[in-house]
Amino acid sequence: MTFTLNDEQRMLKDAARDFFREQAPVTRLRKQRDDKKNGRDPDLWAEMAAMGWAGVIVPEEFGGSGLGYMALGAVLEESGRTLAVSPLHSTALVAASALMLAGTDAQKAEWLPKIAAGEAIAAFAIDETAHHAPAKSKIAFAGGKLTGNKSYVADGHIAHLFIVAAADALYLVRADAEGLTRLELFTADSRGAADLTFDGVAAEPMEGGPEVIDAILDRARIGLAAEMLGQASEAFEMTSEYLKTRKQFGQVIGGFQALQHRAAKLFTDLELTRSCVLAALDALDRDDAKRIAEYASLAKARASETLHLASNEMVQLHGGIGMTDAHDSGFYLKRARTAEALYGGAAFHRDRYATLLGF
Amino acid sequence: MTDQLETFRTEVRAWLEENCPPAMRTPMMGEDDAVWGGRNYKFASDDHKAWLDRMAAKGWTAPMWPKEYGGGGLSNAENRVLSQEMARINARTPLFSFGLWMLGPVLLEYANEEQKQEHLPKITRGEIRWCQGYSEPGAGSDLAGLQTKCEDKGDHWLINGQKVWTSYADKADWCFCLVRTDTSVKHEGISFVLIDMASPGVETRPIKLISGSSPFCETFFTDVKVPKGNMVGRLNGGWEIAKRLLQYERTNISGFGSGARADVVDVALQYIGLEHGALADRDLRARIAEHKMTERAYALSVARAQEEAKAGANVSHMASMFKVAGATLNQERCELLVEAAGNRALGWGGDGFTPNDLSITRGWLRSKGNSIEGGTTEINLNVVAKRVLGLRDTQ
Repeated sequence: MTFTLNDEQRMLKDAARDFFREQAPVTRLRKQRDDKKNGRDPDLWAEMAAMGWAGVIVPEEFGGSGLGYMALGAVLEESGRTLAVSPLHSTALVAASALMLAGTDAQKAEWLPKIAAGEAIAAFAIDETAHHAPAKSKIAFAGGKLTGNKSYVADGHIAHLFIVAAADALYLVRADAEGLTRLELFTADSRGAADLTFDGVAAEPMEGGPEVIDAILDRARIGLAAEMLGQASEAFEMTSEYLKTRKQFGQVIGGFQALQHRAAKLFTDLELTRSCVLAALDALDRDDAKRIAEYASLAKARASETLHLASNEMVQLHGGIGMTDAHDSGFYLKRARTAEALYGGAAFHRDRYATLLGF
Repeated sequence: MTDQLETFRTEVRAWLEENCPPAMRTPMMGEDDAVWGGRNYKFASDDHKAWLDRMAAKGWTAPMWPKEYGGGGLSNAENRVLSQEMARINARTPLFSFGLWMLGPVLLEYANEEQKQEHLPKITRGEIRWCQGYSEPGAGSDLAGLQTKCEDKGDHWLINGQKVWTSYADKADWCFCLVRTDTSVKHEGISFVLIDMASPGVETRPIKLISGSSPFCETFFTDVKVPKGNMVGRLNGGWEIAKRLLQYERTNISGFGSGARADVVDVALQYIGLEHGALADRDLRARIAEHKMTERAYALSVARAQEEAKAGANVSHMASMFKVAGATLNQERCELLVEAAGNRALGWGGDGFTPNDLSITRGWLRSKGNSIEGGTTEINLNVVAKRVLGLRDTQ
């Protein structure tokens, strides 16, 4: 077990940090939102794909670099810092994981190279109601056709391919398949999503049952926790800087003990969460099946709580300016709640963690 | 390198197999099982003594201290192997000691050769038990406000004053003590001296806590004569040593003295039970799950800090963060234990309650001190804000 990035992962992280700071600062998301793009930024994704980031976990035989989850987690964390909008999580992590774990040889050969090259955007369709409840799926499959619905599918509005989860099986559906209706959702985090209705849609079964669905979900949770760690870290650091510069009563407000203690507690929370995220990414690379489920719920629950607190403190400690659209706080707050809910929030994962621990 | 380590592992394993008494490979059952050593110490059994003596002879009570001072001279990696091999056979910690955890590391850094030769080997062998003379009635969180007077009388120092919260002062042989050697300045007027508790004029009185136990004392010094050679570091240079020692203390203290070692989940399952596969009290279940997650996050963070320290990073500034998180965690654990055990955790004695029940009660009360001793949570949050985050008071 290790918490330390190796040289290759460290270089990747540094490159990602520079890239997102220069190419995709929050101002890029702001302009996207103002232009009503709803998360469509193909130029950015093309540049990221050119850096090789669409294929970080994809094996070399399928055109990726096979660097693993710790490496992809580092890129996701850096993309989270600036709220960069891209299919990095939905496609490069979740869909790639799903194909690697559940794809037939033909499905892998068809889709993994396109994903690694940044040519195909693929979305994992999991939730069906207002809440994350994968075991209760009502998706039905008969005679090669899918029936049912999916709700708030991340990147569902721009995807070329859907990986659709039923309660105990997985299916591939092309976005242009007959009988598939997609309703574009305009979301609070300005990234967009889609509601999907399947009315006898042609679908290709994948391999594997509920355990494989859990394995994919756990990868999705851990990867998202890495992105959220970046968001929370940046929100905290911006807030901490503000405490050092904002003056009231003739002194910087960071000199007030009430605010110092809030900052110190948030910092502690962040450090504990960072350990969980790194341990979870490491467990994936070691394929430590005994630990992955436990660490996935641990990382996702803690990332959700830490980001919840960090985004709220960001608004409150910035005071009035934090309530204005001109400031970036609102972007972090809106993305925070979306990411918290996606793949199960803290309450979902507390419940799951208790079950995993046998009580 | 790896080969050498594996050879070392084989040697350690063989030595432990031969030298660790079977009775010292069982879980500790009570206070008597923790060996603290000292001039008047009564070992609970011959096995307790033999285990300490054999480990001390190897230098493995202080595995990473230099051999010349009674340590084992082990590298980081070798020390880890020793820990792993001891854990493998559930070998007990041979010696509990403030000398090992707090005083020794600062003596290695600040003491002169004579002081190191005199004190370090006796610590490693458990011959001398140390206590810590820091807090005073008027100097708690504001420790540097201490007033215990130390005057230069030519051929000796003369000490007058009172210390409080001196852990096990009534059982200790020597005291490492902060004293005031200059009243015109605050931090720069403090020195670090070593005092033999058998000296005329030293008196201790136990303090009874809300848990009923008395691990702490008041300590009085009345015209106590201390040899000139017992000052560590330079005159008025004690504050730096005091702070360094606190870092060692804070990494060791969180959760220390917590009493009840019971697992919250086990207790909840025993007293509440499952319903449809989940703890019947769903509200408590969610809170226990939250706690277990924080516990794991804390353990992972300690492991991460150790890994970073091994790679050469300076993580000493993190001690305050771990102290706060560890104290909070242990208090939360103790509160959940009381809640899970219901009225079984609200007894005080007699035959109506099991020893385990009673230890939950006492442990819960004792844990209230975790956020006070070794620097309060509030003081440690100040340290994190100022030293780690760079938030400064501006006056």
